[in-house]
Amino acid sequence: MPIVEVKGVDKVYHQGDTAVHALDNIHLSMDAGSFAAIAGPSGSGKTTLLNMIGGLDLPDHGDVIVDGRHFSEMNQSQLAQLRLNRIGFVFQAYNLIPVLSAVENVEYVMLLQGVEKAERRDRAMAMLDEVGLTEKYDNRPAELSGGQQQRVAVARAIVSNPAIVLADEPTANLDSKTGEGLLRIMAEMNERRNVTFIFSTHDKMVMDYAHRLVLLRDGMIDDDRSK
Amino acid sequence: MEFQIAWRNIWRNPRRTVIIMIAVIIGVWTMIALTSLMRGMVADMLDRGIATLTGDIKIYPAGFHDDPSISFQINDADFVLSKIANAFPEDTQYASRVRVNAIASNARHSAGLTLVGIDPGQEKGVSFIGNGVLDGRMISRDDKNAIVVGQALLEKFETRIGRKLILMSQDRQNEITSKAYKIVGVFRSKLASTEKQFVFVSKSSAQNMLGMENGVSEISIVLADHEKTGRVAESISTALNGSDLEIYTWKDLLPMLKSYMEVFDGFIVLWFLVIFVAMAFGIVNTMLMAVYERMREFGLLKALGMKPALILRSVLIESGIILAIGAFAGNLLAIGLVMIIAATGIDLSALASGLEYAGVSSIIYPELVLKDVFLANGVVMVLGLAVSIYPAVKASRITPVEAMAHT
Repeated sequence: MPIVEVKGVDKVYHQGDTAVHALDNIHLSMDAGSFAAIAGPSGSGKTTLLNMIGGLDLPDHGDVIVDGRHFSEMNQSQLAQLRLNRIGFVFQAYNLIPVLSAVENVEYVMLLQGVEKAERRDRAMAMLDEVGLTEKYDNRPAELSGGQQQRVAVARAIVSNPAIVLADEPTANLDSKTGEGLLRIMAEMNERRNVTFIFSTHDKMVMDYAHRLVLLRDGMIDDDRSK
Repeated sequence: MEFQIAWRNIWRNPRRTVIIMIAVIIGVWTMIALTSLMRGMVADMLDRGIATLTGDIKIYPAGFHDDPSISFQINDADFVLSKIANAFPEDTQYASRVRVNAIASNARHSAGLTLVGIDPGQEKGVSFIGNGVLDGRMISRDDKNAIVVGQALLEKFETRIGRKLILMSQDRQNEITSKAYKIVGVFRSKLASTEKQFVFVSKSSAQNMLGMENGVSEISIVLADHEKTGRVAESISTALNGSDLEIYTWKDLLPMLKSYMEVFDGFIVLWFLVIFVAMAFGIVNTMLMAVYERMREFGLLKALGMKPALILRSVLIESGIILAIGAFAGNLLAIGLVMIIAATGIDLSALASGLEYAGVSSIIYPELVLKDVFLANGVVMVLGLAVSIYPAVKASRITPVEAMAHT
């Protein structure tokens, strides 16, 4: 059964009098455990599609179904609840809350979920251990490198056992070595925990790592191939 | 953890936080300290009004209040006092007096004033003349022709202690009567007008001059607690029911002061609101800046699944902490200052003539009223949080997509 289904999604943005067709009748389905990349040139609609799948934005037409939940039937509060419990996010930048330490950032989602303090700390520390940041648990984001910050973001995305993790250009601000290290960690998570990862990217390394590549052009799927 | 995060967020920009805290501190400090000073002035006006031969409660013979003529008198003050003694709370003091309009003159000057016949022993704690004289001696109970005058009158009449002063008035038979007195003492009052208005002789001397036998014009009663005035006046009224006496409280005798005190509480609320409005601009501005700077962060929190109400709450908690710290420091400063000034008073003698016109001493002792402290803190906290709702709503309404596009 697919964990993500995108059915006939259209999205038009208006910039003054100009209508920009960001997504045009997108149909897409991803199974649980996928490790997929949505690629394409700038302005092709990959971030918009990722936002749709994450419930951060809603389509003008069509529907998105994640973990069996139809977004068209949900209000903002229900979407927020779904994001909290079933979707993890890794953004390109500004991923972490600057006033919280690494472990507190990882704990934060569990705090919103109402997990007990002791359990939060145990799970967050275990997750930091998995991404190799045990030593840095008490450091604030400003004291971490870009790669370390992204690893904390991955730990936070995974810690609440989501159905999918959406990563919007996660390696864009990293050098290739650090980017590869991050991808390896996410690939391990995908394998070990069977968490679905969907990336938006134009980084060739991410495309190489992905088991499936969806190419977008002008808001439409240009190619969709599995490796 | 919410408070911990709020605390850390507050100190992300320490300078901005300190500036807004200073605004709150100054606001609260101003509210409490200046209100205490104004309360002190009002209390002083009341004490002074009561001490200037008014008292908390006054008993007049019927008709005297409207026509202060010597033809109206209380024939037996001791009998009246024995009837009302049970109505007096602890530490109540009283004095019976003869009081009549008179003309004073010497070789060079003459002036209209009020001749007051007193029993000096009764006046202590009842009126300002009970405090004694500045120069010379106080009149005694049996002095026949001794008079105490005010310093300002002495200067106006270009006379001195030991000189004569002729007093002329109307006696009980409506005949003009006059008597020569010898100035034996000079009293000082905080108001020059009081020094010019009253002269004091012994009660027996006044009674003799005016042909009143043992009659008096008034009985003045001073309570330890002004707040009890109404209740005691009612009891006295009940005790004297059926007599030809009239009972007045200071509120009847000093109507302007009564009105001033009545509008004073409303004035304080207005004053607090005006200060708050000035403060509110700072609070809203600063909180808006703080919120706009963190729009991407709020977007991230929403993307993670944080609900708008929680974002709203987190901004309000930050605002609440700043307000609470500011208010606390403002309270400490204000209360500290009031306590320091309360010991010595604040000398406003540079404004003495203006203050005198308003019936206020040149040295003011601030009076801290708990109600004002609560009101000041309530205004700052409640309205401070209310105006913080606007930036908080801005933060809570941003969508993750808008926030990510925010630069």
